[in-house]
Amino acid sequence: MFESIKEFASEFFVTGDPLIYGADVGIALTMIAIVFVLTYFKRWGWLWREWLTSVDHKKIGIMYIIASLLMLFRGGVDALLMRTQLVMPDVEFLNPEHYNQIFTTHGVIMILFMAMPLMFGLFNIVIPLQIGARDVAYPFLNSLSFWLFFWGAMLFNVSFVIGGSPDAGWLAYPPLSELSHSPGVGQDFYIWGIQISGIGSLMTGINFIVTILKMRAPGMKLMQMPMFTWSTLSSCITIIFAFPILTVTLALLFLDRYLGAHFFTLDGGGNPMMYINLIWMWGHPEVYIVVLPAFGIFSEIVATFSRKKLFGYKSMVFALMSISFFSFFTWAHHFFTMGSGANVNAFFAITTMIIAIPTGVKVFNWLFTMFRGRISFKSPMLWTMGFIPCFVIGGMTGVLLSVAPADFQFHNSYFLIAHFHQVLIGGVAFGYFAGLYYWWPKMFGFKLNEKLGKWAFWLWNIGFYVCFMPQYFLGLDGMTRRVSTYGWDMGWGPLNMVSTIGGFLMGIGFLFQVWQIAHSIKFMERDTTGDPWNGRTLEWSIPSPAPVYNFATLPQVTAQDEWWEEKQRREQGHKPAPQPPLEPIHMPRNSGIPFIKSLCWFIAGFGFVFDWLWMAIPGLAGVAICMLVRSFTYNTDYYIPVDEVKRTEAALRGSV
Amino acid sequence: MPTAWKRLSALLTLVLTMVLLSGCSDPLMVLDPKGPIAAQQRDLILISSLLCAVILVPVLIMTFVIAWRYRDKPGNKSKYTPKWEHSTKLEAIWWGIPIVIIGILAVITVQYTHATEPSKPLESEKETMVIQVTSLDWKWLFQYPEQDIATVNYLQFPADVPIRFELTSDAPMNSFWIPQLGGQMYTMSGMAMKLHLLADEPGSFFGSGANFTGRDFGKMNFEAKATTQEEFDAWVKQIKSDSPPLTLDGYEKLAEPGVTQEQSFSSFPEGLFNKTVNKYASSHHHGEKESSAQEPEGADKKAEETDSGAGGHDSHDENHAGH
Repeated sequence: MFESIKEFASEFFVTGDPLIYGADVGIALTMIAIVFVLTYFKRWGWLWREWLTSVDHKKIGIMYIIASLLMLFRGGVDALLMRTQLVMPDVEFLNPEHYNQIFTTHGVIMILFMAMPLMFGLFNIVIPLQIGARDVAYPFLNSLSFWLFFWGAMLFNVSFVIGGSPDAGWLAYPPLSELSHSPGVGQDFYIWGIQISGIGSLMTGINFIVTILKMRAPGMKLMQMPMFTWSTLSSCITIIFAFPILTVTLALLFLDRYLGAHFFTLDGGGNPMMYINLIWMWGHPEVYIVVLPAFGIFSEIVATFSRKKLFGYKSMVFALMSISFFSFFTWAHHFFTMGSGANVNAFFAITTMIIAIPTGVKVFNWLFTMFRGRISFKSPMLWTMGFIPCFVIGGMTGVLLSVAPADFQFHNSYFLIAHFHQVLIGGVAFGYFAGLYYWWPKMFGFKLNEKLGKWAFWLWNIGFYVCFMPQYFLGLDGMTRRVSTYGWDMGWGPLNMVSTIGGFLMGIGFLFQVWQIAHSIKFMERDTTGDPWNGRTLEWSIPSPAPVYNFATLPQVTAQDEWWEEKQRREQGHKPAPQPPLEPIHMPRNSGIPFIKSLCWFIAGFGFVFDWLWMAIPGLAGVAICMLVRSFTYNTDYYIPVDEVKRTEAALRGSV
Repeated sequence: MPTAWKRLSALLTLVLTMVLLSGCSDPLMVLDPKGPIAAQQRDLILISSLLCAVILVPVLIMTFVIAWRYRDKPGNKSKYTPKWEHSTKLEAIWWGIPIVIIGILAVITVQYTHATEPSKPLESEKETMVIQVTSLDWKWLFQYPEQDIATVNYLQFPADVPIRFELTSDAPMNSFWIPQLGGQMYTMSGMAMKLHLLADEPGSFFGSGANFTGRDFGKMNFEAKATTQEEFDAWVKQIKSDSPPLTLDGYEKLAEPGVTQEQSFSSFPEGLFNKTVNKYASSHHHGEKESSAQEPEGADKKAEETDSGAGGHDSHDENHAGH
């Protein structure tokens, strides 16, 4: 009996690596600490009532952001482990299996569990406030989306210590990801972790499209929407076309692995190429999905901090929409070297290059928004300024990669690695950081310390160039991606060393941001105005942090940059338009179902991973029961009485 | 766009290239081509970099100038026009210039795409030589059908002779890449891809598998050595005399996952490459029609007929003779 338990445990838990034992201890200690703190301060009820069951878009947004920053930490540690291995290629700091697991999880985590949720966090916090709405269109669905993401991400992450991580690369090409080459459970964790959170992403896409189209404040025309709202709309449209492809692709891969189907195996009439086409039909639009909102963020910030109206609004909208359209015609550039023939390659080369045009136009429009403005370099603007050169260079190397015959030399090399990190860090990470600094006061009611923020900014930026510029040269010198070892005689050692130093500089930059947040919580500068940056859009017209109902009375919109115009009118001595009398506010009720249902999905997913039907079936039954219970729940909303609105407003405005 | 910008960007690119070529002790492989395909790709890389620089350099300069000139400091006398938000002329310029540049780049790309299409035979007075490449876990098997020898993780061929590499895989998809001779090409099971390369001069070049295939994929490097015809013939002769033959059993053992040293074989089972390509063909329900054996010459004609890379499917049918 004892023997069989021991044998089971050694298969169930990942063993044999000191790094993983360290992680085991770390995870156990953190869990104990969390349980202790919650119990000691009697916070369990508070956690459940105020957060886990909340359908308030602002709280969901904050939870998204916390989770994604934790994932940024984990993905970052993965990156530094890889870079450490590459400075000492002769030493097995990480053995090849472990290295493969780490780059696989690094990719998946950074794109799907860091960039996506950070983006969703910003959508959640900003969009309803920016369009003058009281919530998103489907608050319950919104909470469900978050918890599906969260439990999907957890399922993916436990593979690190239980069962073993996937190691077939972040897009899991067959046959490497098939049972024949990945017999362990790692690949099943990959499928179920992404599948569960992917459903959440798709629902968020639908939710925000409806929110933006149907919930705008009275008077706000489409062409008066703030640019971040536009970018969210274009990103969500791309999501609803791209994510179903991912869902189906992973479902087919699951059928291959679980039921012995042959969709992607050569024997039995399948074809791995089918997978590669499908995964990139999702995968390439995906990078535009994450970068489009960053464009919106920059547009908001550039206008605000240059104290000038955004230049070329219509161009910007057109550019956003054409990028999301063309993003679906570029997928084959990921396999130019597959011998599809000159005409096919030329077609996809040109459709890829075309995207550079609207993207370039956006950069010019930002520059001309700054032109003849008055630019103040607060944190959000600083990150925007860091973004422009970084993204322009990254975009240019992207154009180089799109030149099909030249791509035969760049493909799969470090040149490619350098390029996509440049657009994803320079574009997406810097963009979302800018957004976080910009809307932080709106979320929490205090600003972040500027001095520590500047340190973080410069460490990240300098670290970025030190890390990734050498990789372009490594690529041109024949170094391929995903190698864990190379001979010293290749002469790649020095550049790899420089690159690793840059990676660690970015890591220190991240620590400065953690310090900055901790420091600012302790010595916070309270923002009592609700409008600390002299903003232009509606979210700055309400107190910070926003009350649960956002707007006591829904604003009447007459122009683009409504809040800015309003401030101008007030300055000129116009009286604010008379407010209609307060009315009770209709709000959605909190619900524990999204959390429980997603947890059931986690249990079902875990069961499928280990092929334990005794666990998967009750998990799925739990999901079904949750749906049933919800469909018979009639008490889903309530009204905030006028008195309470008055009291809240007085308390919030009283401190102005 | 003023010519000054162009001159500046040309100069910058030139300086950058010089730094790249001289700064390191060895020049970067891709920028140091030893064959016509790689040379065209290098040229294309430089031309497209230059075209991109036409936009990149002014944008970088503008960014710094604008940020400096219009910064918010007391007494900044530069113009401030908070409501200026549109200028058709300006927007036409920056929609126009990228469109023109991408247009030029597109034309160049289409030309080069056809010129360097890997399945297209290279023009040369000498006859094309065939080398069949199979990627295995985690090693490369090279078969020389005309010489009837085979090697593992080592490649030798005469300089100045056009080579047609026929590529397949008996393991997960890999990518065959000798940067100094030309760009890479995927090796895929069930297909035979073609990649035409040529070395201008004798020399030893670095080759590797570029696409991730699992545990020891990082060790799938090989030396590609171009020699004179005489040296090549001598080398073949030597292998013929002192290496063991590769048997079917031997191949099965070789194909098992694992790393190995360089090896050579004085012969290999007939039709081994085609057999590898057609390993899964029995489970395909298309392309089952039988055709006569078309070894190098026949396949070559086929490749000339279609300049598309559908070579995979063509040889799919041709190679049925291997059964």
